[in-house]
Amino acid sequence: MRRTCLVAATAVLATAVSACGVLGGGGDEADLQIYSARHYDLEEAFAAFEAETGVSVEFIYGDDAELLERLDAEGDETPADVFMTVDAGGLWNAAERGELAAVRSPTLDKAVPKDLRDPDGRWFGLAMRARTVTYNPDTVDPSELDTTDTYAALADPKWQGRLCMRDSTASYTQSLVASLIDLYGRDRTLEIVQGWVDNDVEIMSNDILLLEAIDAGVCDVGINNHYYLARELEADPDLNVELFWASQDGAGTHVNISGAGVVASSDAPAEAQQLIEWLATTGQSDFVDANHEYPVNRDTEPEPVIAGFGKFERMPLNAEAYGDLNADAVDLLAEAGYQ
Amino acid sequence: MSRPAVLVRERASAVRPSPAAYSGRPWWSLFTVGIAVLVATPVVAVVIDAVRQAASPDLPRGLGAMVLTTLLLMVGVGVGTLVIGGGLAWLVTAYRFPLRDALAWLLVLPLAMPAYILGFVFLSAFDVSGPVQQMLRSVFGTDVWIPDVASLPGAILVMSLTLYPYVYLLTRAALVEQAPGTYDAARTLGASRSRVLWRVLLPLARPSLAAALALVMMETLTDFATVQYFNVRTVSVGVYLVWKGSFDFGSATQLSALVLLFAVAVLAGERLLRGRARYHQRPGRGHGLQPERLSGWRAAGATAVCMAVLGAGFAVPVLQLLFWAVGDAIADPASLWDPRFADYLTNSVVVALVTAAVCVLLSLMMGHGLRLGGGWFVRAAAQLTTFGYAVPGAVVGIGVLLAFVALDRTLEALGVAGGTGLLVTGSVVGILYAYVVRFLAPAYQAVDASFAKVSPTMTMSAMSLGAKPRRILRQVHVPLVRPGVAVALVLVMIDAIKELPIVLLLRPFGFTTVSVWVYELASENFWEKAALPALVIVAVATVPVFFLFRHVRLIDTAHEVG
Repeated sequence: MRRTCLVAATAVLATAVSACGVLGGGGDEADLQIYSARHYDLEEAFAAFEAETGVSVEFIYGDDAELLERLDAEGDETPADVFMTVDAGGLWNAAERGELAAVRSPTLDKAVPKDLRDPDGRWFGLAMRARTVTYNPDTVDPSELDTTDTYAALADPKWQGRLCMRDSTASYTQSLVASLIDLYGRDRTLEIVQGWVDNDVEIMSNDILLLEAIDAGVCDVGINNHYYLARELEADPDLNVELFWASQDGAGTHVNISGAGVVASSDAPAEAQQLIEWLATTGQSDFVDANHEYPVNRDTEPEPVIAGFGKFERMPLNAEAYGDLNADAVDLLAEAGYQ
Repeated sequence: MSRPAVLVRERASAVRPSPAAYSGRPWWSLFTVGIAVLVATPVVAVVIDAVRQAASPDLPRGLGAMVLTTLLLMVGVGVGTLVIGGGLAWLVTAYRFPLRDALAWLLVLPLAMPAYILGFVFLSAFDVSGPVQQMLRSVFGTDVWIPDVASLPGAILVMSLTLYPYVYLLTRAALVEQAPGTYDAARTLGASRSRVLWRVLLPLARPSLAAALALVMMETLTDFATVQYFNVRTVSVGVYLVWKGSFDFGSATQLSALVLLFAVAVLAGERLLRGRARYHQRPGRGHGLQPERLSGWRAAGATAVCMAVLGAGFAVPVLQLLFWAVGDAIADPASLWDPRFADYLTNSVVVALVTAAVCVLLSLMMGHGLRLGGGWFVRAAAQLTTFGYAVPGAVVGIGVLLAFVALDRTLEALGVAGGTGLLVTGSVVGILYAYVVRFLAPAYQAVDASFAKVSPTMTMSAMSLGAKPRRILRQVHVPLVRPGVAVALVLVMIDAIKELPIVLLLRPFGFTTVSVWVYELASENFWEKAALPALVIVAVATVPVFFLFRHVRLIDTAHEVG
């Protein structure tokens, strides 16, 4: 027994020692620490930034709400210099809670359109995605789709049993509905969502399954992020799904941004600003192309696959609405019985 | 030769030994209470936060439906795992059939399959756009009625298939560990095999069954990924919805408090199932339950049932992942080996090992402490340590953050500049702490179930012979509860390797585990790319299962020879 104990103790000790080696925390800290909700292949853009500027970067992935809570709890001691989210509402909330520093940068003011950045310079949009209508060309004639209020018109009974959409836990669904509330008011939006539900909308738990369902003819029309379609088309050019730019004769297509801000208690605000400026200008293509996103900078061309989708008018982005109305959207979806 | 085993049935009460051996015992009670406080702190921090933020008491819409769904899911998965896990345990223990020896341990493998991975594979095969439904439609036309797969029954099926090994393992351990004399006595008195099963073996296995069910229920309660795939709106999903949807952690903590209520109900249910009775058996010699050889179609049927469960819960999803991984490797050979891979793997394994060692050590000492005495207060404290398992990982993570923030403020108020520094998120301490909070329950349940089978008279004899607590631990308790310790180690290791939300939330810069890697790829639907790391998680989690199997087989053979 004694020997077993000894062996066990040695094992525990050995593990602990090796654990210290593995877990003891980074000895060589990079110049910039980033909290990022982007899981796309970020490294390419950052590697280019490091090579070009000599400023080293490391990041932690997480989700908007969790990273914000962590930032909040760490307070002044946070190692983070840059906070990066995949949702305008997240940036707006971080700014509201005083986590982000106001930045004055003529470069960014020029590179980023006005509605895609905070008026006080606390955050800047860097990549844009559109959430629009997708359809199966075998069963849907694009003329069937309303060109003014495309999202709202999907509540029409003619779409009974033909719709597929994302679940209500998806932030994509929530921010779309939040922007509809901003556009039409709560009552009208409730009617719209109710209409989708009455049309027996098939709820899917991710965008790829949704596209495959349209391709397979399970449903005729869906609502998707444009880059999922681009990604699927890249893998399978024969995918039987077409993209329709929503509400082009009306308010425009719903978009959301990935963006970043300098953390208020950063110990390297100058480098943090330098990074954001670089991502919005020189690094735009590196940053957005890998995930087929649209550049925010008008001087940068979108990559070929999404350029093939054609130009579109976007609904002006109201970050306050996304940030503030998101909770209302969650509540409205539940009230309408949208899963 | 064979001496009948003695079955002691008595009311639950602390051991009352002669006062001769009192030295050192209060320390053990204090130790148990200390662990309880440490483990409960993050959970309590969340509750305090919830109460403090009670200014916005509007609960999310459809709360009633969420509560009902949660109940249905828990009952469904509970029944499912009992039928699958309990049934299989009986089958492989009581009968011999082709491949039985191999299947006996292979059946534990689905434990290595995270439910979120099985859920995705299951949906991609059976959902509306999956190959199965497409084939059905092409054969029977588009109007053929197909049950909705992404639904509550679908979620119950998938979760039962990944969680049944808890019931299987603990039931099997209970059946194998049972004193052979009890069985012999019942048979000698004329009871049939099935009557002995229902009237003697199962009632005696009740503590183990209850412990296993409690684990299953708590896993079900805290699951977020699987239920979301299947569009099942439980209270835990509600927590995330409110938190992520409105950035309102205050409201989310209030809902978390509701999840805690469920957890209390589960633990109370477990106590109720165990009843006030304790079954202690003295080891004795005898034949015990000897497996009966099946033949013909019965044997084939038994093998087929085991294979079907194993196939659905493990083999088919692994093949699908392999298929994806190979496809990805052909499309992009460079992706096959990522230099960061070894790093991620080491992180996963080391954290899992340290967590398992700490959890088992703490459980052993608590079980030992309870044996030496201590009143209701100490017992309640020990029970409190299992709560963490019923709290969603992300909430435990936030609780740890909140607790350390409070500690920092206190230290700074006392004049320690900088407090603890960035102890939680600047090092792995936060992750390890949160893991222990979360995974002490499976360790304690397993060890405690073994302790429950040790007669208090053993402890009392040792005490009255003058043995000091530490010696009793070493020479009496540890050897007797070794099966439970092995199960505990394995359960915690597997859980820790699969765990995701805590690492995501608390990891320091430059610290990534395999599960985080899978998440980063899977969250953007790069399933082909995620297949390889997912397979690695399954493979790594299989290793402790293998060790467990060897252990179980050793008892098994020893038992059959005896």
